[in-house]
Amino acid sequence: MLKYIIRRVLQTIPVLIGVSILVFSLMHLIPGNPAQIIAGEGASEQTVRQIEERLGLNDPIHIQYFNYMSGVLQGDLGNSVRSGRAVSDEIAARFWVTVELSFYATVLAVFLGLMAGIISAVRRYTVADTAIMVIALFGLSMPNFWLGLVLIDWFAIGGDWLPEWAKLRPSGWGDSWRQVILPVITLGTGGAAIIARMTRSSMLEVINQDYIRTARAKGLTDRIVTYRHALKNALIPVVTVVGLEFGGFLGGAVLTETIFAINGMGRLTVQAITQRDFPIVQGAVLVLSVLFVFVNLIVDISYKLLNKRIDLN
Amino acid sequence: MEETILDVRGLRTSFFTDEGEVKAVDGVSFSVPKGKTLGIVGESGSGKSITSLSILRLLAENGKVVDGEIRYKGENLLDFSEKKMRSIRGNQISMIFQEPMTSLNPVFTVGQQISESLTTHQGMNKKQAMAKSVDLLKLVGIPSPEKRVTQYPYELSGGMRQRVMIAMALACNPEVLVADEPTTALDVTIQAQILGLIRDLQNRLGMSVILITHDLGVVAETCDYVAVMYAGQVVEYSDVRTLFRKPRHPYTVGLLKSLPRPDADQEKLVPIHGMVPSPFNMPKGCRFAPRCPAATDLCAEKLPDLFDDGEGNQVRCWIYDEEWPGPKEVDVFGEERIAKG
Repeated sequence: MLKYIIRRVLQTIPVLIGVSILVFSLMHLIPGNPAQIIAGEGASEQTVRQIEERLGLNDPIHIQYFNYMSGVLQGDLGNSVRSGRAVSDEIAARFWVTVELSFYATVLAVFLGLMAGIISAVRRYTVADTAIMVIALFGLSMPNFWLGLVLIDWFAIGGDWLPEWAKLRPSGWGDSWRQVILPVITLGTGGAAIIARMTRSSMLEVINQDYIRTARAKGLTDRIVTYRHALKNALIPVVTVVGLEFGGFLGGAVLTETIFAINGMGRLTVQAITQRDFPIVQGAVLVLSVLFVFVNLIVDISYKLLNKRIDLN
Repeated sequence: MEETILDVRGLRTSFFTDEGEVKAVDGVSFSVPKGKTLGIVGESGSGKSITSLSILRLLAENGKVVDGEIRYKGENLLDFSEKKMRSIRGNQISMIFQEPMTSLNPVFTVGQQISESLTTHQGMNKKQAMAKSVDLLKLVGIPSPEKRVTQYPYELSGGMRQRVMIAMALACNPEVLVADEPTTALDVTIQAQILGLIRDLQNRLGMSVILITHDLGVVAETCDYVAVMYAGQVVEYSDVRTLFRKPRHPYTVGLLKSLPRPDADQEKLVPIHGMVPSPFNMPKGCRFAPRCPAATDLCAEKLPDLFDDGEGNQVRCWIYDEEWPGPKEVDVFGEERIAKG
């Protein structure tokens, strides 16, 4: 097991190097002179030169990458070209907001998705099953920027169900569950729908296996057969989806944070893009990518714990 | 007459599919004497497995016993509540299956899976059950059981897994063990070991066994009584000596003739021509009539009952009825064995 974990951790190194190259290339993939673009169209020659100098754009490209990476490894992601503040500070201030939002969304998606999927599978081909699957299809089809706006309209503006939300809005994140719940629903609904459908089909497949018949032949109750024998097997493919969903939520947070004016990394990225603040965009994308890689590392390890058949070598 | 532990009368099991009702089992009767072995033989699709699943009421959702009785110690299992039925399954009547590779749950250890029966039916705690599991593994001849009990099914070979299945089935000292083709998926040397193990345990524990197989060699070696099934029906039921010495149903004769025998001077094996009828399109009369060399118009028109010879041997064939229009001596499959009376 330890060997597996070490090997799996080592495997992330080439992935991370790949990610860093892509992120680094962002600035150079833009057509034209990046310094000119950062400075804006009306900028003077001198300003452009200064930016080039400051960002080291005159060095050969591999030297630039080397400099960037040696900075990254020391926790230096450069400085914002707008505010001049360190990118790492800008991100640190917002990192946990996004992680929390994605985490709550994952919890919601897993909880709702599993419940719905199990109920659907156990009551397969009944009205309850059909109803759940239709709802799941809706959940899957709703874009989250639209869902977010609808929720704001219904609950925060139109209804008095969550009156504090509007008041709390400018003060930041996480002061009250009332502030958190709408963004989390917005972000988590699609994931819940995917997990529900995945759980259902996985359960239905497992229920027809020989070992389920064996379990019933032992005289076990339907409850134990379903929740002990079937569910543990059915969860194996679902775990993979949960990991991918979390990654999806990190990306989805960009929209959700923008809609709800949450100062997380998503909103930071969007603002940086509109302001052409490339160091921030690079830093944010790099941090989110690394986070995604590590979440999937954790998923792989838990997968291994769930499914003893995966070969250790 | 021996004490009967399980008595199946007129069992009919159907599956309700989109294409209509499939009568998988349509008139099965046999009895299992206490401590003895009944073999159920027949081709694939003859309803052997469905019969065994009907006994334990483990049919798929679209399957249903539509008629008949399954009397266990005099009580009809079909009248039992689901709860009462659960207290029978794995406790008084156990079952082992054809595919040891897929019949064990891959995510639980061998010990956990055996323990479950013990904690469910015998009220043991986990520790006691685990200790008993080790004893059971020893009983079924698994070496170093203390180590094996903590292993997962993927770490065991097919033969080992079938031994684990047997240990699981025997955990609560059942009265009846239903073994559905327990050796079909195993290679020949392991087959002999597993059959030997079942027979040995039967002698030691005094349980009755229903052995489902398509292998007449296995029947001759292991069984006391035999029910021959064809197209969802029992066509012949008798003790094993009678069946091999004096088979009475043309289908049984055909089955025996299609076996190679080292002692006989055989030029060729005699096949039974034709195919098992489709369950959607069963013959109106005797189900074997389209393939039977002795079939008459009567056979094609009317389904024969099981005729009892008074000694507990039964056969479903018109030859043994007063109405039989054909000749007194019938020649089937190159064998002049079948004679009326």
